[in-house]
Amino acid sequence: MEEQFEKIEIRKPENIVYKKTDLLVDRPLSYCPGCGHGTVHRMLMEVLEEMNIYEKTIGVSPVGCSVLAYDFLNIDMIGAAHGRAPAVATAVKRLWPDHFVFTYQGDGDLAAIGTAETIHACNRGENFTIIFINNGIYGMTGGQMAPTTLPGMRSSTSPYGRDVPTMGHPLKITELVAQLPGVHFVTRQAVHTPGNVRKTKKALRKAFELQKENKGVAFVEVVSNCNSGWKMTPVQANKWMEEHMFPFYPLGDIKVDGKLVEKKEMVDKE
Amino acid sequence: MGELRLMKGNEAIAEAAIRAGCDGYFGYPITPQSEVMEYLMAEKPFERTGMVVLQAESETASINMVYGGAGTGKMVMTSSSSPGISLMQEGISYMAGAELPGLIVNVVRGGPGLGTIQPSQADYFQAVKGGGHGDYHMLVLAPASVQEMCDHVKLGFDLAFKYRTPVMILSDGAIGQMMEKVVLFDQIPRRTDEQIIEQCPWASNGRPASRDHHIITSLDLDPAGQERVNLKLQAKYKTMEENETRYEEINCEDAEYIFVAFGLAARICQKATDLARAKGIKVGLFRPITLFPFPAQEVAFIGNRVKGILVVEMNAGQMIEDVKLSVGCRVKIEHYGRFGGIIPSPDEVVRALEKQIIGG
Ligand SMILES: Cc1ncc(C[n+]2csc(CCOP(=O)(O)OP(=O)(O)O)c2C)c(N)n1
Ligand code: SF4
Ligand SMILES: [Mg+2]
Repeated sequence: MEEQFEKIEIRKPENIVYKKTDLLVDRPLSYCPGCGHGTVHRMLMEVLEEMNIYEKTIGVSPVGCSVLAYDFLNIDMIGAAHGRAPAVATAVKRLWPDHFVFTYQGDGDLAAIGTAETIHACNRGENFTIIFINNGIYGMTGGQMAPTTLPGMRSSTSPYGRDVPTMGHPLKITELVAQLPGVHFVTRQAVHTPGNVRKTKKALRKAFELQKENKGVAFVEVVSNCNSGWKMTPVQANKWMEEHMFPFYPLGDIKVDGKLVEKKEMVDKE
Repeated sequence: MGELRLMKGNEAIAEAAIRAGCDGYFGYPITPQSEVMEYLMAEKPFERTGMVVLQAESETASINMVYGGAGTGKMVMTSSSSPGISLMQEGISYMAGAELPGLIVNVVRGGPGLGTIQPSQADYFQAVKGGGHGDYHMLVLAPASVQEMCDHVKLGFDLAFKYRTPVMILSDGAIGQMMEKVVLFDQIPRRTDEQIIEQCPWASNGRPASRDHHIITSLDLDPAGQERVNLKLQAKYKTMEENETRYEEINCEDAEYIFVAFGLAARICQKATDLARAKGIKVGLFRPITLFPFPAQEVAFIGNRVKGILVVEMNAGQMIEDVKLSVGCRVKIEHYGRFGGIIPSPDEVVRALEKQIIGG
């Protein structure tokens, strides 16, 4: 039987329909299976590859689950202290103005400990991209309450659910920074379906294109899951995210070309 | 050769930064050092040399801007005074861990807490022993004049890059505010991006296709790896001890007693030395210029030749611990200090010498 088959090499450039970008280091990601961080990493690197700007890109990683992003992203990286990435990126961009600079931050990093750095970098209109992974929880430290944790949502430090009178409201920092004149483009995306992944990639591309024009901050939030922190399977987590996170953090553009987008449905459904 | 000017210590820091070819200054106002940024903004170094000057939202942001700029190989600095320097400690520790060069100027004021805006030397421990978390040191320079404020900026940047380490200039409110003659060194051109890339082959400033990516981090989750990081740092501190110890001896050749003092206190002791000698007391002054590495051998050598040592500081007794560790216990070593912003007079220092060392 065997001799009937002739071995043909089909791995030719003209046959390639999909390939992992070389800008992702060939090593296993440290993220939990199903976590959104890895998908955003891939989109980000694909954008830098397609724009062919990776040689002139400097990334700033946070403290959070993506603290090791620099191990996976095959570009020059600087690991910032918890919350300080926008300050780090401010200096990097000011000192290398012809380079592309981004921060990659979680919600604890960007909207709690680093709130001041976030707001002031945005308000100064620094010309870099902020990528904000909002999973409503402190993933890395084991699922504690984040500034973005929903009312009633359980976490290890709100084990009976976030009690707004004592624990405060979730912070919609993205809507907040959109108010600032230094911010040019604000969008909120997700990566749990192929369609959303495509939209996120488009948003990232736009954010990096804007850096060429020196128009100020481009802010891309990705509402993401945290299966481990939420104590759910990846499938459950994505469903829960659609049912609970999206109504509170509605997807779509919030500010385009420096102008706030009129939103009819952008009302809290708490 | 250089240009002669009458300047405040804080202004000398700023002018020296521009002339040293500094690429970026990031700071937040606080008395008694606000003149550093004020001078820089007025001088428009962005036009003179292309240097970036940015008023940050806090000292936390300032030091992290320094961390970021240093991570790309640029020559960057900040300045502040005690409470602001406390806020910077996490960032300084990160710089030490990630082995980043940078200059931090502390124009010390009295503490603790909001304390006072008057001069003090109470941040010696914080500067010399670490200050932030983890086993690390900064290289610490202690200027005693406006001239040294200027010179230590250049020296500080040189040492920061030589050892890839944060360097602190530990000054005080008096040296920052007082005016003296200063001879300014000539303008050194800022390095081009190409020179920076060549000189800092570790920096993250964009990965060409030809090399691996660079990562600036202070994290190593593997304990064996983190121990290696620590051993490397300790070896570096040892090399600094061997090569970078700086000090000054005044009237020490025939001295029966010595003052040990740094910075402003050393200036006061210099005058006190003259006053005491006029009275027939043979006293000299040993002035550490680097506080880390501490000139331990040198102070021990001279300390063991004299009858007694008075350590004079504008704090409750901090450097005296290093003097005692260096000299040992065969010689009488006492401390004289004023705190909270009080500057001791040369007369009271002589009286302290007579009472605590000679008479005691
Ligand atoms: C100064 C400081 N405080 C606290 C921590 C501990 N810490 C590490 S990550 C983290 C929270 C991260 O949460 P988030 O930013 O939402 O990122 P995620 O892991 O969810 O992606 C905290 C509190 C730290 N490393 N440094
Ligand atoms: S803990 Fe959460 S955010 Fe962190 S890797 Fe796991 S799923 Fe992702
Ligand atoms: Mg999070």
